[in-house]
Amino acid sequence: MPALSSIPVRVQTMPCGTTDCGNAVPILHEVRHALERLIATGEGTQIDLNAIPFGPEDEAHLLAVLGVGEVRATIDALGPTHVQETAIPGVWLIDYRITEDQRLALHLDIGDIPEILRTQRQDLDTALTTLDARLTSAQDRAPFEY
Amino acid sequence: MTALTDPMGFLLFTKGPLFNIAIAIFALGLLARLAEILLLGRRPNFAEPRAGEWLPGLRTVVTRTLPDPGTFKRAPFNVVTGLIWHIGFLVALLLFIPHIELIKGLFGVSWPGLPNPFVDLVTAVTLVALAATLVHRLNHPVKKRLSTVEDYLVWTVTFLVVLTGYLAYNRLINPYPLALGLHILSAELFLIILPFTKLTHIFTAFIARWYNGASFGRRGVQS
Amino acid sequence: MTAKKHSVGEHLRDQGVSRRAFLKFCTASASLMALPPGLIPAMAAALEQARRPSVIWLSFQECTGCTESLTRSHAPTVEDLILEMISLDYHHTLQAAAGEAAEAAREQAMKDNFGNYLLIVDGSLPGPDANPGYSTIAGVSNYAMLMEAVEGAAAVIAVGTCAAFGGLPEAAPNPTGAVAVMDLIKDKPLVNVSGCPPVPMVISGVLAHYLAFGRLPELDEYHRPLAFFGQSIHDRCYRRPFYDKGLFAETFDDEGARAGWCLYRLGCKGPSTYNACATMRWNAGTSWPIEAGHPCLGCSEPRFWDAGSFYAPLSVPTDLSSTQVLTAGAAGALVGGTVATLARRTVETAAASRQPVTADELEQTL
Ligand code: SF4
Repeated sequence: MPALSSIPVRVQTMPCGTTDCGNAVPILHEVRHALERLIATGEGTQIDLNAIPFGPEDEAHLLAVLGVGEVRATIDALGPTHVQETAIPGVWLIDYRITEDQRLALHLDIGDIPEILRTQRQDLDTALTTLDARLTSAQDRAPFEY
Repeated sequence: MTALTDPMGFLLFTKGPLFNIAIAIFALGLLARLAEILLLGRRPNFAEPRAGEWLPGLRTVVTRTLPDPGTFKRAPFNVVTGLIWHIGFLVALLLFIPHIELIKGLFGVSWPGLPNPFVDLVTAVTLVALAATLVHRLNHPVKKRLSTVEDYLVWTVTFLVVLTGYLAYNRLINPYPLALGLHILSAELFLIILPFTKLTHIFTAFIARWYNGASFGRRGVQS
Repeated sequence: MTAKKHSVGEHLRDQGVSRRAFLKFCTASASLMALPPGLIPAMAAALEQARRPSVIWLSFQECTGCTESLTRSHAPTVEDLILEMISLDYHHTLQAAAGEAAEAAREQAMKDNFGNYLLIVDGSLPGPDANPGYSTIAGVSNYAMLMEAVEGAAAVIAVGTCAAFGGLPEAAPNPTGAVAVMDLIKDKPLVNVSGCPPVPMVISGVLAHYLAFGRLPELDEYHRPLAFFGQSIHDRCYRRPFYDKGLFAETFDDEGARAGWCLYRLGCKGPSTYNACATMRWNAGTSWPIEAGHPCLGCSEPRFWDAGSFYAPLSVPTDLSSTQVLTAGAAGALVGGTVATLARRTVETAAASRQPVTADELEQTL
């Protein structure tokens, strides 16, 4: 049986994709307002990019304007989540994925630091117990290992 | 689990049993009318024909379809609006791809269609023209007196067919099965009343035009 | 199944689910349900405090495709997480126990959580007037089991088109007298998650919503959650620009099909079908039917099996027959012919029996 890829199906770029759906610019203006709010009141904003019709070209356009900043992080919880600071300080791009291939959500986070990057208070409950447990086992092992 | 009262049940009813009833009434009524007209024919004319019938007949089919300058001068509104919406209606009916698929499904014949946005535009123009004809009819003292219930019925059903089609295509009624069902329902009403109202002219107009031309031709009169 | 007293948050922590994973789950659910991202913290807080509800899952006339849909997605998935958030006390395909032990577990869970458990149903069932023998579990008819289970249910979720609308078993001629769950249950909150099978994230989205907000999501007139069924396939279809331009594939291997044009003429029911396939896709986001080049069958709509051929365009009537039209036409011609003949005869008899009248005689009749 021939491989699936040998079936000559070539999907034309959809008309909306050749230019763009025109939604990048309104989003950028929303980002601008959110930044003003962040500067004035310290209040952050999340924008769900799945909530609006957003073609691949829109995304490319948006990301090109926002650029790439200094911080890049990957969180490994329930699949990978990529956090990227953009060239605009205070504007973060968060790409929630189940696997590298499947996106769950794409957010813009306008704030000091995305919530999901912060250490979680709830996880701190286990911090001491975990550390204590490791300390004990490290002490037990110490005489033999060093 | 569906009933007539839910959108999908309604759509399937209009697409199923109701369509069969409507098309049967239409076929029966129309053929009865046409058979009657054609079989009754004209009073036999025993005079010697002075010229042929066919050519003048066909000529009048064309000439009476095109607006003549006299009529145009007397009633420019009627000629222009009438022409616009008749053409628009025919374009939407015969060149919209879903309609072509329907005809293909029914009779197995098909032809190329026009792009949807074009048909959409034509439909919008048709709607405006149709609305204008009604306003004109209601404002024109003579036409208002001449109009019968049947005239308004025919206008309403025609308008509804175009309007529901426009709304359904542009997805302005939700859910869509309801929109499509309403469009099919009005088209069925149109089919059902067609043989029994002035709408029969869709089929008889050209026969009548031919008859006129033919009988003029036979008598050697210019038509 | 012992952790029922625990809150969802505690249970997840016990299972080693980190807070970030939990936040991510909330973000994904909110995004899928089109909730504003500002609601995520509140949703997370509510979900965390919520008690894990007992869930009884009844499977009637079904093919297990719905359960497969929910459980066969890539791990670790958001769908898996939802199974951690509930206490699935009875599901005869998934549970380890069988036979009498399984039925006893169901009875017990129903008793312990009376008034509070969620009842999930997949598959349709023979209605009260049908022969109950068409489908039984442990000798109990589906109808009796549903009615008993519904008594103590807080809410009912009908999963899949069979449970929601009757589906395949209910298709004409419906030999088993199958009915949908909502035909039988009128006095409980009920959600239909239709689809054959439903998109897995929709099942978990509804559960997450119920857990976070303590009530069922907003529904359309078929009791389907609007967040997922609010828009038609056609409205979100990536082939829509071709439809709008009038570019259609006419066979499965013509130029149009190769170029990815609209599948309307091949029978696509996308315009009249409400579901989330176009946005959520299938198989870990790989693709979905229309992207694979096949027209939408309309599987999340009532009576989709009886809505005409899957490959006939939406505008084509469901059971048309040209012979019927021709017969009607022939009958019409006959009627017309008869009328014409009668009319002619009347004229002829009138002409034959015509009596001359003088002007004086006429005047007298006035
Ligand atoms: S493929 Fe189907 S859903 Fe997509 S645009 Fe065409 S008709 Fe609509």
